[in-house]
Amino acid sequence: MSLHVAFDGITKEFGPVRVLHGVSFDLHPGRVHGLLGENGAGKSTLMKILAGYHAATSGTLSIDGEPVVFRTSRDAEKRGIVLIHQELSLADDLTVAQNMFLGHEIRRGWLLDDRAMRARAADALRQVGFERDPDTKVRDLIVAEKQLVEIAKAQLRNARLLIMDEPTASLTPSECDRLFGLIERLRRDGVTIVYISHKLDEVERITDEVIVMRDGRFVARAPTAETPRQRMATLMVGRELTDMFPDKHIPIRGPALGTPLMAVRGLTVPGWAEDVSFDLHPGEILGFAGLVGAGRTELFEGILGLRPRSGGTVEIEGRPVSLRTPRAAMRNGLTYLSEDRKGKGLHVTMGLRDNLTLMTLRHHARPLLSPASEERALEHAVASFGIRGNPQGTAASLSGGNQQKLAIAKFLEPDPRVFVLDEPTRGVDVGAKRDIYFLIARLAAEGRGVIVISSELIELIGLCHRVIVMRGRRVSATVPADRLSEEELIAHAIGTNAGTNIGTDIGTNARP
Amino acid sequence: MSAARSARRFDPHRFGPVVGLLLLLIVGTALNPDFATWDNLMNVLTRTAFIGIISIGMCFVIISGGIDLSVGSMAALIAGGMILLMNALAGSVGSPVAVVALGMLFALLLGGGFGLAHGYLITRGRIEPFIVTLGTLGIFRALLTWLADGGAITLDNDLSDAYGPVYYGSLLGIPVPVWVFLLVSVAGGILLNRTAFGRYVQAIGSNEQVARFAAVDVDRVKLLTYGLLGVCVGIATVLYVPRLGSASPTTGLLWELEAIAAVIVGGTSFKGGEGRIAGTVIGAVLLSVISNILNLTSIISVYLNAAVQGCVIIAVAFLQRRRP
Repeated sequence: MSLHVAFDGITKEFGPVRVLHGVSFDLHPGRVHGLLGENGAGKSTLMKILAGYHAATSGTLSIDGEPVVFRTSRDAEKRGIVLIHQELSLADDLTVAQNMFLGHEIRRGWLLDDRAMRARAADALRQVGFERDPDTKVRDLIVAEKQLVEIAKAQLRNARLLIMDEPTASLTPSECDRLFGLIERLRRDGVTIVYISHKLDEVERITDEVIVMRDGRFVARAPTAETPRQRMATLMVGRELTDMFPDKHIPIRGPALGTPLMAVRGLTVPGWAEDVSFDLHPGEILGFAGLVGAGRTELFEGILGLRPRSGGTVEIEGRPVSLRTPRAAMRNGLTYLSEDRKGKGLHVTMGLRDNLTLMTLRHHARPLLSPASEERALEHAVASFGIRGNPQGTAASLSGGNQQKLAIAKFLEPDPRVFVLDEPTRGVDVGAKRDIYFLIARLAAEGRGVIVISSELIELIGLCHRVIVMRGRRVSATVPADRLSEEELIAHAIGTNAGTNIGTDIGTNARP
Repeated sequence: MSAARSARRFDPHRFGPVVGLLLLLIVGTALNPDFATWDNLMNVLTRTAFIGIISIGMCFVIISGGIDLSVGSMAALIAGGMILLMNALAGSVGSPVAVVALGMLFALLLGGGFGLAHGYLITRGRIEPFIVTLGTLGIFRALLTWLADGGAITLDNDLSDAYGPVYYGSLLGIPVPVWVFLLVSVAGGILLNRTAFGRYVQAIGSNEQVARFAAVDVDRVKLLTYGLLGVCVGIATVLYVPRLGSASPTTGLLWELEAIAAVIVGGTSFKGGEGRIAGTVIGAVLLSVISNILNLTSIISVYLNAAVQGCVIIAVAFLQRRRP
């Protein structure tokens, strides 16, 4: 019933970028494996190779001792391997039952046998504890329900190995509990499970052993019971956490002194943020924490005029400003780097130079654009931000960390007084992460105000002078540097005292 | 960006149209001795000028991720409108040259206005460009047909004589429309590759969201691309009217297809984001060389001209397709 998977020397290259460097390890039948690693460690890529979404560049994948090559996810499904995506992959406009049989429809002659599909879907859904009508459209489900549908769908295909990529990212604690119960049942039924998560307490609770990857390599494996969380965090990061962050400079002017660089009062972005007020001072790094969906990104998109606002004021250096577009924001000294680097931050198919100078073409026009002047700007950025890669290639040819440095350079070209970074280290390797932290500290030391929105609590704690926590569209707390701890931030983010079954981000208790 | 592209040894997007055109020239010369003459060359280029000028404007619209299906109908309506205006002015304004100049100005303003109206509906109205221009395709041609009462609108004879040199005249042995085509091409190339506007057009077509987040005024740039195309249609019409001196319901028929085809054959991605003016010019010339060869030889009936062009477009798209 269960199956044994062996990776042997798996490498994977995307164009010139090598994301897996010869990974070898086994997955044992009928066990729950926690697969750990920071963003960009290669976990998801490796699992996509196992599930048939990517082909390995070299190396061998064996199932029950027999080498296999999966060309499509269907090939993998035939061997009972199913990946449940981070971004769930259900078609919103189809019903639950239609989704579960998509590509595997039951037919009677030329026609679909809806009744049979609905009955079998209902049966599988009952087993995972999904209580709604299989004729419900997926659009009308909440995330936790979609996840159950995905698992039920995997069950229909007789999954023997289930890969779950960050399944609890947007679940409430009680939904998490239900999911963990289901995983336990699947394991008793002999299903092998790979559980990818940043949340070490979850890993500790439900996995039998942990496998750690870092920068595209296998690092370690150990029984979960023998691996304290602090050890897991150190293995993932690859160095003591204290080395990762620069010393915190004291803001040039303390919050009590002088005019704030930026003052937001009573700002409301309908549906996303209500009555948000905060100050940002020169030289300050201000963090924004909160669960996915707490409204942090949308708040700043609202400030930039990318979403409608229904109230509130913004002042920059004491002057009230009306920011209707990102262009107006830039002119008033505010730029924002989105969390979605490839969708909103960089033109991946364009060159480095064109990306860098897009916001400041005026400086290079005399009156026609001067390629030489743009080239000088690129040389300067490459040197001062440490961007490594072919300067004549496209942005897509850079690694995640170098793309992020280019994106930061791009949004700093207009020389903003206030710089907002949304998830600045997502999909970035450890070395680049550290570079970005030191860069942020340097920007603040120059007297700019820096706002960091992040889901990695450890990053906010290591970097920020103050952290604002949002919960359910409102500011729930402002935590000063000396009180920053993961327990404190989580308690404000979910609105309870920090308990044991609450999803904490990496490295709880890991900081000295 | 360009350096990265030229680093590759052979890029079909860049050299494909040139190679195709060269092959056609060789074939044409081999089939008919009249093909490779100065007169025939100028004849082909003059005929290319209308579609060529429109396709320069179309190139900007397509690179920005848009489309304009209405250009043929728009040209017909502008032609009808300017002829009616000039005929009306002929009585009150003394000099026929002044009347023609006013008519030309009117044509450019009308084209620009139509283009901006498209852009406005597309950006502020948030309607798909395909739908907006499909609608105006019908509207423009119906208006012209109604104005012409189903027949033709004809320019007064005196005015025709004054206007004639704009199409039939030449400078240094090169016909006026070819000069205008050249000027518009050079201006288009500079605008696309050496100005902030041109860079924004490419950035928007490559990824509109990224451009928006990078403080590009996306709506304004898109609006201007449609306005620019409208002006190009106006210029093309100004050159076209003296040729026949009339506008009818068949004026400019299927020009939209030829203009779009020229852009695509020239190596511009239909998805937007990247494209070339030089390629577009070559694409336009290539299409009219095909019809010229069919005219001069009897191997394939000239009635099949559109079919041959269609095959070329599909073949080019096949050669230029990217791996998924």
